[in-house]
Amino acid sequence: MFSATRDWLTDTAPRSRAQANLGRAYALTGALLRNPLAAVGLLIVATLTLTAIFAPLIAPHEPNAQDLANRLMPPSGAHWMGTDELGRDIFSRVVYGARITLMIVVLVAVITAPVGLIVGAVSGYFGGWVDKVLMGITDVFLSMPKLILALAFVAAIGPGIENAVIAIAITAWPPYARIARAEVLTFRNSEFIAAVQLQGASAARIVLRHVLPLCTSSMIIRVTLDMAGIILIAAGLGFLGLGAQPPLPEWGAMISRGRSFILDQWWVATMPGFAIIIVSLGFCFLGDGLRDVLDPKHEGRS
Amino acid sequence: MSSDLQTSTRAARSSAPALRSGLGARLGEAVSMGVVIALTFLGLLAITFFIGRVMPIDPVVAVVGERASQETYDAVYEAMGLDKPLVVQFVTYVGSVLQGDLGMSTTTGQPVVEDLKRVVPATFELATIGIIIGVALGLPMGVLAAYTQGSWIDQVIRVIGLAGYAVPAFWLGLVGLAVFYAGLGWAAPPGRISIFYEGLVPTVTGVLLIDASLDGQWDVFWNALHHMVLPALILGFFSLAYISRMTRSLMLDQLGQEYLTTARVKGVSEWRVVWVHAFRPIRVPVITVIGLSYAGLLEGSVLIEMVFSWPGLGNYLTTALLSADMAAVLGATLVIGTVFIVINKASDVLYRILDARSR
Repeated sequence: MFSATRDWLTDTAPRSRAQANLGRAYALTGALLRNPLAAVGLLIVATLTLTAIFAPLIAPHEPNAQDLANRLMPPSGAHWMGTDELGRDIFSRVVYGARITLMIVVLVAVITAPVGLIVGAVSGYFGGWVDKVLMGITDVFLSMPKLILALAFVAAIGPGIENAVIAIAITAWPPYARIARAEVLTFRNSEFIAAVQLQGASAARIVLRHVLPLCTSSMIIRVTLDMAGIILIAAGLGFLGLGAQPPLPEWGAMISRGRSFILDQWWVATMPGFAIIIVSLGFCFLGDGLRDVLDPKHEGRS
Repeated sequence: MSSDLQTSTRAARSSAPALRSGLGARLGEAVSMGVVIALTFLGLLAITFFIGRVMPIDPVVAVVGERASQETYDAVYEAMGLDKPLVVQFVTYVGSVLQGDLGMSTTTGQPVVEDLKRVVPATFELATIGIIIGVALGLPMGVLAAYTQGSWIDQVIRVIGLAGYAVPAFWLGLVGLAVFYAGLGWAAPPGRISIFYEGLVPTVTGVLLIDASLDGQWDVFWNALHHMVLPALILGFFSLAYISRMTRSLMLDQLGQEYLTTARVKGVSEWRVVWVHAFRPIRVPVITVIGLSYAGLLEGSVLIEMVFSWPGLGNYLTTALLSADMAAVLGATLVIGTVFIVINKASDVLYRILDARSR
């Protein structure tokens, strides 16, 4: 039965669009898994997602349950990562923190990728002064420090996790606009676009249906590679007290609380940091692997 | 925008008579570059202006207090120019920034410009030592990784490079303090200098290492250096990660070239092949990478300085952020943003001047 499925997936002459798409996904997943680092990355990201979904089943304690008798306990069998200054189980908080991190990352990607795509596609497709104005704005944002800009935005609109997402999104879209524009320029004058134009398709339809889909693979690579940076900025905002607010178990904010105890109770600040590192590395590995698979130009580089 | 300018200037040049002097073309390029920088700076000002406008704190209330009468409020409202159209306000804002007026800080009670003059040298000192470490280690590592491509050395360097993208700077700072200060006792405690050395050296440049050596106070110099080692190493690690990654990638392109084989056949030593023949063509992009990495260090210093209680720009910015001192926040943002833009554009210019292919 499995071999029949595989034959169907690897069929060189797919009989339906769905079969072609699934077959391509199958081939890509296979290529991805043959690359050890990419496989590790995929595993980490999958674990993050599962941890976020099943947090209540995985965490041995309530993330916000205080137990002042057992405050600042070192890692042990009962508390794998020790307890913090309010006696809360750090492991459980790290597990619930996966939800916050995943939410931030997904929201930022969902906001910035489409904005960047549309700005870049419009800019590249129409050219002329539209292109000049849009790319001028993009360049202004590109040549500015992301973290500082996000900090200033959050300072203006107030701390909090939603505002942190907005601030990060405001600073993160320009590279996507650049990529989309570059991609669009490569096939703006190609024959299939001319064919659709002759059929009377509107500009909006051409951009949305025929131009944007061709940008997706380079977009997916870039978004995945950017995830680590977004996680670090979100954690930085949390560390400064401008991101997720207590008692939310956000990893950066947890490190910030542990800062006062770093010299004697090192685990309070250290443990959430490991979570950040592992998850960021996971996205880096996955992004690198995706680039090797989806974009053969870069094979073996960087 | 910059790439458009590039193509448009290139098109203009190709249509120009072949005898046209290179100097004139360079001059035109410099002017268009200046326009781009000015526009980008205006964009930065527009962003800080916008941030200053959307903030929830009423600037008038911040001046007159909660209990002021309506007349006082209105008078101050007008005096601050808030009744004028936004465009006029923006022009006024740009004018005052260009005259060096960034407003008053509510936390220090001083003009923001004075505060910045005090804190910028500390950050400059830290970031400069950081980039020296980053270049001194990152560059050879990148070349070595490319030279030994695929070997375990390459893999180790690659993982170190990736770590620079995955480790939070503030976390590494805390762990560094826990291990090297609390644990091993090698590093100095947080701060820029020990309390009993404070104020011993007259401020000339604001850069402690220079001031101390100018004054011949070597115990102050060593104390300051001791305080700097750990934060500078951590900052340096992040530039090392970036520089080694980019150098490796640039170097890989070169090492496959056939002229290197020619050089080897001619009997050129391996060391010379790598560092002279292969490295020379990539030194321009490498300089660009170093420039961008330096700009990145300024950003990294914001979080590192907080961990190490380093009295620099980053600490000033974070303190201001937490006390909603918007004039100080925007002032610090402007400084960092300006340095960023200048480094970004300068590396663009450098690239074009030094790289013959882009001409």
